[in-house]
Amino acid sequence: MKKTVALVALVALAAILPPAAAFADGGSILVKNGTVLTVTKGVIPRGDVLVVGGVIKAVGENVAAPPGVRVVDAAGRYVLPGIIDSHTHIALAGTNEGADAITPEADVGSVINADDTAILTALSGGVTMVHTMHGSANPIGGANVVIKTKWGRPSEELVVTEALPTLKFALGENVKQSNRALQPGQAQRYPATRMGANAIIRREFERARNYMAQWDRYRKAAAAKNPAANLVPPRKDLRLEVLAEMLRGERVARCHSYQATESLEFMELAKEFGFKIQCFEHMWEGYKIADELRAAGIGISVFADFWAYKMEAAEGIAEMAGYCHNKGILVSINSDSGERIRRLFNDAAKTMKYGGLSEDEALRLVTINPAIQLGVDRIVGSLEVGKQGDIAVFSEHPMSAYTRCDMTIIEGDVYFDRDALVKEREESAAKAAAPGGEGGVS
Amino acid sequence: MTARGRVIIAALLAAAVASAAASAADAAAEAGPARRGGADGAAGAGGVRGAGGADAKVAAITNVRIVPVVGAEVASGTIVIEGGLIAGIGAGVAVPAGAEVVDGTGLRAYPGMIDSYSQLGLVEISGVAATVDNRETGRINPQVRALEAVRYDSMHIPIARSNGVTAAVVAPSGGVISGVSCLLRLDGWTNREMAVKPMAAMHIELPGLGGGRGGFAAGRMGAGTARVDGPGILAELKALFAAARAYEKRRDAAAKDARLPLPEFDETSEALLPLLKGEMPAMISVHGERDIRAAIAFVRDEGLGAVFYGVEQGFKAAGELAAAGIPVVLGSLYDLPPVWEDGYDAVFRNAGVMAKAGVKVAFSSSSSSLAKDLPYHAAKAAAFGLDRAEALRAVTINPAEIFGVADRMGSLEKGKAANIVLADNDILELRTKIVRVWIDGRECDLSNRYTELLEKFKKKGSNL
Repeated sequence: MKKTVALVALVALAAILPPAAAFADGGSILVKNGTVLTVTKGVIPRGDVLVVGGVIKAVGENVAAPPGVRVVDAAGRYVLPGIIDSHTHIALAGTNEGADAITPEADVGSVINADDTAILTALSGGVTMVHTMHGSANPIGGANVVIKTKWGRPSEELVVTEALPTLKFALGENVKQSNRALQPGQAQRYPATRMGANAIIRREFERARNYMAQWDRYRKAAAAKNPAANLVPPRKDLRLEVLAEMLRGERVARCHSYQATESLEFMELAKEFGFKIQCFEHMWEGYKIADELRAAGIGISVFADFWAYKMEAAEGIAEMAGYCHNKGILVSINSDSGERIRRLFNDAAKTMKYGGLSEDEALRLVTINPAIQLGVDRIVGSLEVGKQGDIAVFSEHPMSAYTRCDMTIIEGDVYFDRDALVKEREESAAKAAAPGGEGGVS
Repeated sequence: MTARGRVIIAALLAAAVASAAASAADAAAEAGPARRGGADGAAGAGGVRGAGGADAKVAAITNVRIVPVVGAEVASGTIVIEGGLIAGIGAGVAVPAGAEVVDGTGLRAYPGMIDSYSQLGLVEISGVAATVDNRETGRINPQVRALEAVRYDSMHIPIARSNGVTAAVVAPSGGVISGVSCLLRLDGWTNREMAVKPMAAMHIELPGLGGGRGGFAAGRMGAGTARVDGPGILAELKALFAAARAYEKRRDAAAKDARLPLPEFDETSEALLPLLKGEMPAMISVHGERDIRAAIAFVRDEGLGAVFYGVEQGFKAAGELAAAGIPVVLGSLYDLPPVWEDGYDAVFRNAGVMAKAGVKVAFSSSSSSLAKDLPYHAAKAAAFGLDRAEALRAVTINPAEIFGVADRMGSLEKGKAANIVLADNDILELRTKIVRVWIDGRECDLSNRYTELLEKFKKKGSNL
């Protein structure tokens, strides 16, 4: 199995990216003559974006290429910041530590799989950065990680260290395990109700508070003039250490939830214990509590219209993302999928029809908004001088149904180039068709 | 009432309805296409639909850009709706006296779109088994009919309709012979009233290619291997069909001659006979290149009318498909290539390659909750090489031709049913708003689950 995956990955690499194409640009590139959608600084009808050493040096008209810098002609095409997926599970060797209900110590950053071909799928949809997350099996899951989709680079190089540390929480059907059939002899895991899910999260934060108090007491005692001879430190608890980070404000919650009540109650817990909810995930009933979300400054990361796949998703409405955006909530459209990830721009465009958003607003839902949610809007999410050179080039306006991603660039290096790929495919087919041809991948 | 309570009650209602439909079906099992006068409808009793006599209403859409799909576009013209039909269409058409006039200035008129494979009315909430009726247990189920289980007040139907989808094939799936699909108009108060074709096609499924999909935590592309056990299953079907033909001979002979023994009733054979007699096509889910070739030979040898569905590697057998004259209904384009080596864009470019080779293609939502997305599958294929006009045909006239209803739907032409969609822009575009919809000349209510919930919670206001 492993062998097959590795082989396929090799074949895929060979098919998609001719050797040396990915890194030959040395982090510098000039994308010329496209319609530049900066997201934060308006639209330049015929503009250029210059990246040098991985960083955007110029966005404007008639930008000249420094000597030796590759020039890409984007005439007739659209140039936008790389798309950011605020919630997915790609490029991980594992997703859920489901044996226990409370697993904040399970850090998905330790199991990044840089060989997952879903990274290529993401690139083919213009995606340059993803928040790849622990699953929703547990009320308190594990830490998540933000990575760039630098196919071919080792996992350590993918990690975006500037991103906000996040911890996955989950509520509702998945943690209740109400859609699972128990094996004979298997006991139902606690919690099996929304009551239990809320209670277990409260219990863990109480324990974390207590744990912090134990350490405070110990440190004070240890710092005293004459510490007791038998003074011993509290037992180190890796689970509670992570929750202590939350209580100190060093880590934020990303909470999978669907229903209004469970979400409001999680907000009560956040108030009670003083931790920050950065975002509710999926949140199909978000429109029912839009005012509460806005008042609490909580964002949502949601599907455009993928719904009715379970009870708690049966009151999702396609108008939600647009409605909540118009209410002043920070909204992103996520994929949660290694397939949907390549059409996030299509999903964002649906908010124009169902939420009345403008093209510019809709594009924000998959660029600057997820960047803000991930705490990386200083470095990505828009085309601005000084930000990282993460760029997607599209054949039509990205909010058109007829559009197609033609090129994806990360920090000035080309990671996906459709024109090159099609050319190679045509040459290969011609070779195969020629008399005495060696055959090739069609 | 809680959401759960509401749905449970809805599910109970649906169950009651399905059982009532099943008994009605006993009486009307072989009734054939439900004709309702005119091109399905004008004055017949079945045409009365709450609004009472709405069919008789005369309306005229004026100053509208007409995209008829068949025939040339009209920059600004009039469409007259009378007796459920398109009574007049074109630039110089007069508005009949007393007609309701709909000013279409700035709008475009399209024929209603047809979803060539959906789960509308069979799957309500996919993860809740009590609301799922598309997949019978067992392998050989030619006797099950989608129409008899369609929940006609599914919450998904008004959503699809309000995006311009006015008819849909509702298909059973699973096993080897999944059952019989129906073609529905997406307007009506009962399942039978909605039926345009109660027996649209017999569904046969050959093994998938594995891979693909890419749901939660997916991204295992490449794990898919081309399965080639289709020919084995086709051989099994040949035997089954031969048995059905033999059964028919014995049955018919016994009917004519009382001295012959009467064969025992054979449900499977009885259910297969309409397919074998050419009264409906086989709709074969077929995926890999080799299986496609095997299936082409199979339908030729068996003398079946056929539509292929899925056909992910159709781009590798496009010439053969075209030569065999077998139309193709694409599966959802919301999928990954089942075989990674086919290229990242295989699912997207497949339709374009086949259409160029001369294959008649149609798109499908393959869904209930996202049946509204039918036009976007067509647009996606257009982004990857399918001619844009062909993309539009592939959700209108092509499915009408494939399912034998082109005499009454699929284009805006005089004499066809008035299935008309008024849109503020290109109907395949994501941002386009659907302004008004008529089905068989009746204007549809465009409210739906989305709008009802939104309006309800807009009333909540701020309590902070």
